Amino acid sequence: MAPTWRPDLDEHTASNDAPLKQTPLHALHISLDARMVPFAGYDMPVQYPAGVLKEHLHTRAAAGLFDVSHMGQVELRAASGTLEDAALALESLVPVDVLGIAEGRQRYALFTDETGGILDDLMIARLPDRFLIVVNAACKDADFAHLKAHLGDRFELALLEDRALLALQGPRAEDVLAELWADVAAMRFMDVAEALIHDVPCIISRSGYTGEDGFEISIPADKAEDIARRLLDHPDVLPIGLGARDSLRLEAGLCLYGNDIDTTTCPIEAALEWAIQKARRTGGARSGGFPGAGAILDAQTNGTAIRRVGLKPEGKAPIRGGATLFSDATGATEVGKVTSGSFGPTVGHPVAMGYVETGLATPGTTVFAELRGRYLPMTVSVLPFITPTYKR
Amino acid sequence: MLKFTDEHEWLQIDGDVATVGITKHAADQLGDLVFVELPETGTALTKGESAATVESVKAASDVYCPLDGEILETNPAIVEDPALVNGDPQGAGWFFKLKLSDPSAANALLDEDAYKELIA
Repeated sequence: MAPTWRPDLDEHTASNDAPLKQTPLHALHISLDARMVPFAGYDMPVQYPAGVLKEHLHTRAAAGLFDVSHMGQVELRAASGTLEDAALALESLVPVDVLGIAEGRQRYALFTDETGGILDDLMIARLPDRFLIVVNAACKDADFAHLKAHLGDRFELALLEDRALLALQGPRAEDVLAELWADVAAMRFMDVAEALIHDVPCIISRSGYTGEDGFEISIPADKAEDIARRLLDHPDVLPIGLGARDSLRLEAGLCLYGNDIDTTTCPIEAALEWAIQKARRTGGARSGGFPGAGAILDAQTNGTAIRRVGLKPEGKAPIRGGATLFSDATGATEVGKVTSGSFGPTVGHPVAMGYVETGLATPGTTVFAELRGRYLPMTVSVLPFITPTYKR
Repeated sequence: MLKFTDEHEWLQIDGDVATVGITKHAADQLGDLVFVELPETGTALTKGESAATVESVKAASDVYCPLDGEILETNPAIVEDPALVNGDPQGAGWFFKLKLSDPSAANALLDEDAYKELIA
């Protein structure tokens, strides 16, 4: 085997000896000549022959197809038959107004822990007879155990191992998907619908992780490759790997669990208070009642010592996650850290996000990142770096 | 004399000066470069020391100094347009010129056939 060019650590380091799992689209990735890497226990495409830069730009210009089948899909049904019971039970685990999610809609949510930290971020979709919960790959077993432990005695829970998940993202996504399912044009951002695509029962949500209009499509595993190939047959669609998925979500200001949020960050520090609707806030109809509610609602009222912000490197050098931030170019006083950083192909300059002391969180403030022994200026910036094109 | 390292640098050696860059294989593996940082002229470097940094969208990688020497000149064109490295890695995408402390040390490096075998 040819030696690889000095692999970067996050992609290639074998974390354990367990064999990598494969998604239902694994053979498709290989046939498309993807470069495969281990990610969250799966053998996943980091890029295809076009490369990360072109894949990123193509997604914003036309449409990109992503295999996100490694993510966890969980169905929650109420034994009582009343979905409101399941909604209220879910509210005991997330600071989100789940009861207020209308049928055919979905909402971003967070599993919190007793200290107010974040166990995972997720999507909760309300279908006529059940909730569909989509969680991160690396967290899915823990999330399912968490749901089982708290809701398992009263509710039916199933981790759907036999379904793939595709994301079709970009300005051409609607027209491309409309060729397979005409009703797609009626959907708005964060709508969710059950659909038959070539007689295959799918669940489509108008959402994604790129800042673009687009869709996520849950498909029975044995039909996923057929539908993926039909989408890829469209001249506007290219397959997109995890590399561009990361740079797209970073330009869009979206958090990556494990990098930008984790059990040591609370939703208020992470600037995710928008995910806590009025009903769950102090004074709301169903205030609190989720793990860590005391700490989180107190943080919402009184503020936090640190805040997640956008960071724009003033030079050309990308500042990656892990870089320490200082108050000035002497590097004497630490004021924060970068949690994600990359080159932003669409904006044409490096982009990053991270945490700074709250007093420095005002856009326009300059902080300094340590890079290869120097201290380089970064400007605290409003997120996202691009203008999202969600169809609201 | 054209030589290669197992870290995927090439050296075009003329007397005691080596023009250094990264191989096509390396450029292909890295993908589209978006940032290049080159050493200061006059810097003395030892073999294996980091001489330059290249970054793709995803990751940063070091380019190592292939032999002991002093940086005589660098290529500002690749700093201005890192895509030059992907487009012409063994020509216009050169990185720096190195005044070799010991030109005979180059004999121990790989020749083109040996490098091709390495990446085969």
